[in-house]
Amino acid sequence: MENTAKDYSHIKGWGIDADPKNDPTYPMKHRTNEEHKGYSWERPTQQQIDVELLHSIERPNVTAVFGTSVPPSGLSGMIRRFAFKYSENSYLHWLPLIVADRVNVVEGIVDDIQQGHFPNIFAEKGYKAEWKHNRMGFIQKMVVIGALTAAAVIVITHKDSKSENDD
Amino acid sequence: MLAMDYRGPKRVRVTQKPMPEIKHPQDAIVRVTRSCICGSDLHLYNGNVPDTRVGSTFGHEFIGVVEEIGSEVTKLKVGDQVLVPFNIACGQCAFCKQGLFGNCHESNPEATAVGGIFGYSHTAGGYNGGQAEYVRVPYANVSPTVIPEGMDLDDAVLLTDVVPTGYQAAEMGGIQPGDTVVVFGAGPVGIMAAKCSWLFGAGRVIVIDQLDYRLEFVRNYAQCEAYNFKEMEDPVLFIKKTTDWMGADVVIDAVGAEAAGNTMQTITGRKLLLQAGSATAVHWAINSVKKGGTVSIVGVYGPTDNLIPIGNALNKGLTIRGNQASVKRLLPRLIEHVQNGTLNPKALITHRVPLKEVAEAYRMFSAKLDNCIKPVLIP
Repeated sequence: MENTAKDYSHIKGWGIDADPKNDPTYPMKHRTNEEHKGYSWERPTQQQIDVELLHSIERPNVTAVFGTSVPPSGLSGMIRRFAFKYSENSYLHWLPLIVADRVNVVEGIVDDIQQGHFPNIFAEKGYKAEWKHNRMGFIQKMVVIGALTAAAVIVITHKDSKSENDD
Repeated sequence: MLAMDYRGPKRVRVTQKPMPEIKHPQDAIVRVTRSCICGSDLHLYNGNVPDTRVGSTFGHEFIGVVEEIGSEVTKLKVGDQVLVPFNIACGQCAFCKQGLFGNCHESNPEATAVGGIFGYSHTAGGYNGGQAEYVRVPYANVSPTVIPEGMDLDDAVLLTDVVPTGYQAAEMGGIQPGDTVVVFGAGPVGIMAAKCSWLFGAGRVIVIDQLDYRLEFVRNYAQCEAYNFKEMEDPVLFIKKTTDWMGADVVIDAVGAEAAGNTMQTITGRKLLLQAGSATAVHWAINSVKKGGTVSIVGVYGPTDNLIPIGNALNKGLTIRGNQASVKRLLPRLIEHVQNGTLNPKALITHRVPLKEVAEAYRMFSAKLDNCIKPVLIP
């Protein structure tokens, strides 16, 4: 196999951004002393904190702006508050957040039902695209899921009836 | 307004949400005209990023029209068509002042390791994203950029992330003229990294992926070699053999946490979440780069730990670079490249999907259906 090409005239712009001084690579952080003095820069106006906001304990303050998309709430919110007692360096920060995310999914379904909206899982999973572009694969997947579900139901009901008979 | 609404792993829908409001004097409200789904959105979609809350709206690659501005916004006016870089940057902190706009210290209270990013979980600041009809854009004086007259809007939307991330991947590789560059991943960023590697004077560019349609695309688009790792016994061995047993000078990881190709990494990283995603690509990168070479990482991983051969990185004397692209820093040069035809980003767009079909769009992109490379949502 040819190891190097020599003529690059067919490649528009070849080498136009080459910089022999880019070694080891750019951009590197340069010492300016500024960051060594902590928050020495003129900080932007502080956004008003009008929702519950969890912030990393690796910083002393809240950033000048922040998102307010989904404030913590419910059981998942309690878990998130616990997680933010620990630094980003700790598993006790990240693992509870992952657990909270899963709890939050259940809370989302409960919320939907309470608001009279039964979630359309088929639509939310975008299966219409799978049906349109990968019909055979989709049917196979559904058959496998159906078979596994049926097998699980049979095993569980068989165990239940057996334990009733034992009683 | 209509907005994408995350309901749990692999479950999204479109919901009516309240209109965004000005929360800070440097905010702008932008009416979104195009918004892409990014490969890194799939980490959120699959539930792999901690603190991704149900009810969030994703989307960090978008353009639109300024509808409202805060009292301190001086560089934009209502009616401007803007492209909005995915990083939220204050322009005043010690990091922004050095051009590290992807590492702003005044945009994400929830984590110090990452700056604020639109629609990318509370770990990246808790901002709603642009897969919606309207979005709040903080620090509107800093990164949002008026789209130059005559620029195709499809080119503009890809300048918010894909083009700068691919370009910075090559830049961080420290490519010297004649270098052999290997790019793992033929997604939009990998394709762009391969294309940009030539601009830095690469002598040879090789892309490795497992999807033939993407390999075919990158072979033509980036005029490079492209190979399917499923047809190889071992991709690292393949790279050693094809580089006279030395390894590549520069290897770019443009895959990140969703990587395939190593069962142990897939199970522990993607299925069990015991690590911050599957680190197959960076694992291969460290092992296939030449001694003294450079590994450039732009594939996104979660905030916890990954299994990678760090001992080999030490023993080989590697330089490992990684970062979120500093979009604002790169934009002037990249706009030039697009305007003079050196780069043609819009060619990556394969699908245009109405926002209301967001669930189908995510499924199509995630499952790589219909030869999808880059889907754009149109509100």
